[in-house]
Amino acid sequence: MNPLDKVEGRAIPLGLKNVDTDVIIPAHWLKTVSREGMGGGAFESLRADPDNLFDRPEYQGAPILIAGDNFGCGSSREHAAWALGDLGIRVVIAPSYSDIFSGNAVKNGILPVVLPQAAIDRLIEVAKTDPIHVDLEHQTVTTQFQDRFTFEIDPFRKMCLLEGLDEISLTEKSDAAIAAYEQKLDAERPWMRPAAA
Amino acid sequence: MNRPRTLYEKIWDAHVIERRPDGTCLIFIDRHLVHEVTSPQAFAGLRASGRAVRRPDLTLAVPDHNVPTTPRKDANGNRLPIVDPESAAQLAALEKNAPEYGIRYIDAVAAEQGIVHVVGPEQGFSLPGTTIVCGDSHTACHGGIGALAFGIGTSEVEHVLATQTLLLQPAKTMEVRVDGEVGPGVSAKDIILHITGTIGAAGGTGHVIEYTGSAIRALSIEGRLTVSNMAIEGGARAGLIAPDDVTFAYLKGRPYAPKGADWDAAVDYWRSLATDPGATYDKSVVINAADIAPSVTWGTSPEDVVPITGVVPDPASFADPSKQAAAAKSLAYMGLEPGTRMQDVAVENIFIGSCTNSRIEDMRAAAAVIKGRHKADTVKWAIVVPGSGLVKRQAEAEGLDRIFIEAGLEWREPGCSACLAMNPDKVPPGERCASTSNRNFVGRQGPGSRTHLVSPAMAAAAAVTGRLTDVRELMR
Repeated sequence: MNPLDKVEGRAIPLGLKNVDTDVIIPAHWLKTVSREGMGGGAFESLRADPDNLFDRPEYQGAPILIAGDNFGCGSSREHAAWALGDLGIRVVIAPSYSDIFSGNAVKNGILPVVLPQAAIDRLIEVAKTDPIHVDLEHQTVTTQFQDRFTFEIDPFRKMCLLEGLDEISLTEKSDAAIAAYEQKLDAERPWMRPAAA
Repeated sequence: MNRPRTLYEKIWDAHVIERRPDGTCLIFIDRHLVHEVTSPQAFAGLRASGRAVRRPDLTLAVPDHNVPTTPRKDANGNRLPIVDPESAAQLAALEKNAPEYGIRYIDAVAAEQGIVHVVGPEQGFSLPGTTIVCGDSHTACHGGIGALAFGIGTSEVEHVLATQTLLLQPAKTMEVRVDGEVGPGVSAKDIILHITGTIGAAGGTGHVIEYTGSAIRALSIEGRLTVSNMAIEGGARAGLIAPDDVTFAYLKGRPYAPKGADWDAAVDYWRSLATDPGATYDKSVVINAADIAPSVTWGTSPEDVVPITGVVPDPASFADPSKQAAAAKSLAYMGLEPGTRMQDVAVENIFIGSCTNSRIEDMRAAAAVIKGRHKADTVKWAIVVPGSGLVKRQAEAEGLDRIFIEAGLEWREPGCSACLAMNPDKVPPGERCASTSNRNFVGRQGPGSRTHLVSPAMAAAAAVTGRLTDVRELMR
């Protein structure tokens, strides 16, 4: 996973509420055994409109997406995070996210920034003409017009993003604790193992 | 005396392996369900890093998302190939990965095959008090038997395969209590649609919802699975319903459920999981069951719910400006005008199935409405898709398949089918579908498709009249 610290650039001012993962990447793009190339299907239904934001020249390669409440709701498909990553998105800014999406985003080096609606409204205005700066280390979103918003993030997620950590390697360090748990479970509740069918 | 705890807290506490200083916990996962769509990249990751599956004995794989629901064998019993090359490749990957990593695999042509969330409880693989994960958001379903069950992304699938654990923050707790008794024609689906309409699509975000109250207690396991299945549509990662005698009666004797003395020990343990008197939830919502009507969605979010006796709302009637904009966009997509009576909306397609509503009780409810009637001529496509081969067999033993076929509906092979437009079952652009599935998102049932979420009885009623219909009128 690519580490992430500072991201600066244009932000796509999508702003919609309840953007679900079927909108981010429709199911027919999920029929693959690879993680690659999903940007082509990202926001397919929105991009069917010739005047859509994503295909405007000024937002090509934009690393930030601004959305409304409950971004990434619905399906658990990590393909939504892969599709955003393939589009070049490194940061999403929204008032709230579905729990599964925000986890998937972090695991793919995408930072889900939570800011109140008033801040979102202001950033959408700025994003129409100017770049936005996101600083994960200092947990700030700023603009060249003296806007400065601070955001909260779970410290573990912050560390994973800053260091580009592989969670499986981290968990493998707890191998002895996992083995001890398994032994205790077998002793106390042996029926928890699936019965021989 | 220990602090009183909720059902969620008891299950969570029993699964903590390590608690990190920042509050993140390493949680043991008791059951991992795997399907063909969200697992290939996880297995590829294991292969690339040379890792094994830590607990293949706790893992069960079954294809469901993109298997066609047309016959899988020819007249001579030979297996038919899957025409779509991408679907065939995903199926082939699971068929190869499962045995290679020593994982139990239910083949696409096995009698036990079905939608992973129907198969888990049906096989007794899903048990109360366990942690269950699957690369599918409707894993919340298994909360209907009292399991802490939630959907995960593919990176987490790989993490669970490799370590049988997940790194998680504890969720907040929410109680949704449904008091009283529901009226005639009101099913578990109507209860959860009403709840979703009440709390909103993000009402449960960050929470695990425990459904309580007499109307929930009165539900069968099939009904409880329907309610918990859609916890995710209210934003909650998981739903829970405390296990009770109804749960134990449902699970006893199922293939992977405990046997003999183990069974008795298990039941004792499961009984101890109920929320303690005096335990508190972070958030509580109380609903009067008598207020719940047969319900239907009008928009493109599962929170867009009205009683079937209601009308399409005016976007201006919503207080929140972003909801006004979303509602206007939804209505444009759905081709609906504010003020239209829901019962005047014509539907050309009917889908009875999905992990929400494809169990035997759902088949019976739909058949009871359609028996002796015929689908309307204006209904072009009406399919009934049982949730598993065992549901299909049971329904056929009861003669339900004949009732559907004689009414002009198609009786299909088990799978996710028209819930998500990944397999050949799709709703054409611009057409409407009365669907017993769980999501009415833009394009969910196919590009341009317009979904109205309903119960199985309501879908059957719509098949008969060709429009969204109050099933209570057909019950008179």
